[in-house]
Amino acid sequence: MTPFTTLTARAAPLDMDNVDTDQIIPKQFLKTTERAGLAKGLFYDLRFDAEGRAKPGFVLDDPCYAKAGVLIAGDNFGCGSSREHAPWALQDFGIRCVIAPSFADIFRNNALQNGLLPVVLPRKTCEALMAEALGGNHLFTVDLERQVVTSPSGAAFTFEIDAPAKQKLLAGLDAIGETLTKADAIDAFEAAQSQSQPWMTPA
Amino acid sequence: MAGKTLYDKIFDAHLVASDGRGDGTGEAILYIDLHLIHEVTTPQAFAGLAAAGRKVRRPDRTLAVLDHNVPTEGQALGLAGITDPDSRAQVEALERNVAKYGVPLFALGDPRNGIVHVVGPEQGRTQPGMTIVCGDSHTSTHGAFGALAHGIGTSEVEHVLATQTLRQTRSRTLRVNFTGAPPPGVGAKDYALALIAQIGTSGGAGYAIEYAGEAVRALTMEGRMTLCNMSIEAGARTGLVAPDETTFAYLKGRPGAPKAGAWELALAHWRTLVSDPDARFDREIEIDVSTLAPMVTWGTSPQDAAPITGATPDPEALTDGVNNAPRAAAIRRALDYMGLKPGQPLAGIAIDRVFIGSCTNSRIEDLRAAAAIVRGRHVADGVRAMVVPGSGLVREQAEAEGLDVIFRDAGFDWREPGCSMCLGMNPDRLAPGERCASTSNRNFEGRQGRGGRTHLLSPAMAAAAAVTGRLTDVRDLL
Repeated sequence: MTPFTTLTARAAPLDMDNVDTDQIIPKQFLKTTERAGLAKGLFYDLRFDAEGRAKPGFVLDDPCYAKAGVLIAGDNFGCGSSREHAPWALQDFGIRCVIAPSFADIFRNNALQNGLLPVVLPRKTCEALMAEALGGNHLFTVDLERQVVTSPSGAAFTFEIDAPAKQKLLAGLDAIGETLTKADAIDAFEAAQSQSQPWMTPA
Repeated sequence: MAGKTLYDKIFDAHLVASDGRGDGTGEAILYIDLHLIHEVTTPQAFAGLAAAGRKVRRPDRTLAVLDHNVPTEGQALGLAGITDPDSRAQVEALERNVAKYGVPLFALGDPRNGIVHVVGPEQGRTQPGMTIVCGDSHTSTHGAFGALAHGIGTSEVEHVLATQTLRQTRSRTLRVNFTGAPPPGVGAKDYALALIAQIGTSGGAGYAIEYAGEAVRALTMEGRMTLCNMSIEAGARTGLVAPDETTFAYLKGRPGAPKAGAWELALAHWRTLVSDPDARFDREIEIDVSTLAPMVTWGTSPQDAAPITGATPDPEALTDGVNNAPRAAAIRRALDYMGLKPGQPLAGIAIDRVFIGSCTNSRIEDLRAAAAIVRGRHVADGVRAMVVPGSGLVREQAEAEGLDVIFRDAGFDWREPGCSMCLGMNPDRLAPGERCASTSNRNFEGRQGRGGRTHLLSPAMAAAAAVTGRLTDVRDLL
């Protein structure tokens, strides 16, 4: 996983609550067997009409946000399905950090697995950041080590993130490799369970 | 010391290792008893496994089904019946991967195949006290058996394949007490929609929900599965019901259930799986089901639900908050998408399609409830209605009871099992602008097909909509 330390990038405002994973990446793009190349499906129904023609007006299609690395959104971002295609598509587009008042649990987990930083800030702060992001030609800095978002005007906002998630992102840890260092504990758990709850092991 | 919640009991019983802080906020490594997989969220996980030269640690605790992509006809043809090349490629990839790693798979056309959250319980593989995961957010369904079950992403699927464990932080706990006895025409789907309407789609975020109260005790396993299934629509990854005699009776004799002496041993353990009387929940909610009416959604989020006797909201008339602007904007957007007016009565809205199926409502009891309304009636002119049983075995059972004849005689399309029109990854989907009464779980924009308009409701309410051609209070047809 690519580590996340500090990001300095333009930000795009998406002022919608409950942005669901069906909106982030619609079902027709889930038929891939690859992780890469999903940017073309990102927010597809908001960006293209039924005939595949570009619809005007969606924030990420505005040239001034084309290089956005930060997305600022409303409450409960990423609700809905468990599709990891959602963070894959955001990253493939170039988004490395989403700032919102809250995130759906599974989306947050999936983002953390992929080095995409979910930053939770109060709604009022998010609204202020969206206002500063307008026009796109301003740089935001997200510093994970210090847990601070700095807006183009220089205002700094501290955010909370739990220690394991922070550590995982900073180090870009391979979670499976880390867990496999505990293989002895897994073996021991299985041995104990097969004694105490033998029915758990399928025949 | 305060007692433990059922959630904490199961969590603690599966702790392989933790970061040692023990304060509930650190990351724990939890053993996973059952890993269910399907074709959509696994190809990249198996690819990652192969790239790292790892193998599947416990193929015997992994079970694969084909459900999201499969057409709901011609399944006996196997792969040849899947015309969409991308869908076929995903099915082929799963078949290849399970063969390579020795994971059991119910093949297309095998009556045991079906929707993953119907198959696990039906086969007796879902059991009380287990940890169960699947790369699908509706894995919360299995919590109906008193299991800790939730959806995971593809990276976590790979983690479970390789290690049979998952890195987790402990959730807060929310107990929802459903009290009272339901009026006729009101059931588990209505309980779920009423809860989500009350707490919102992020109301359960960060929580594990335990459903309790006499109305939950009175539910069948099918009803409990419907309720737990919708937990994720309230924002909670997991929802669970303490097991009881209803649970044990459902499980007994199923292929994966404990046999002979092991059954008694298991039963003794399962009876301990309750929240202690003095257990403390972080939050508690009570809903008296005797006050509920059949529910239906009017918007594009499951929280946009109201009694069928109600009307769509008026965004200009919101009174319940300091700043209603974001909510008003969301309502305007939803009503526009749905082609409805503010203050429009829900009963009487004309529909084009009816879908009875999905991991929420495709089990035998759901089909019986719908058939009871349909019997002796006919699908309204201009309405296309379909029934998609949750598995081949549900389909066989329904046919043994003659339900297929009731549906077919009434003009319903009787389909083969799969996720079908719940998410439109297969040929079953809505055309732009079509309005559907659906027993599924999500009414998001485009969920059932681009431009499609979804109204979520119970199987009985869907049947009532089919025979009248409109959203209808099913109590008028009882």
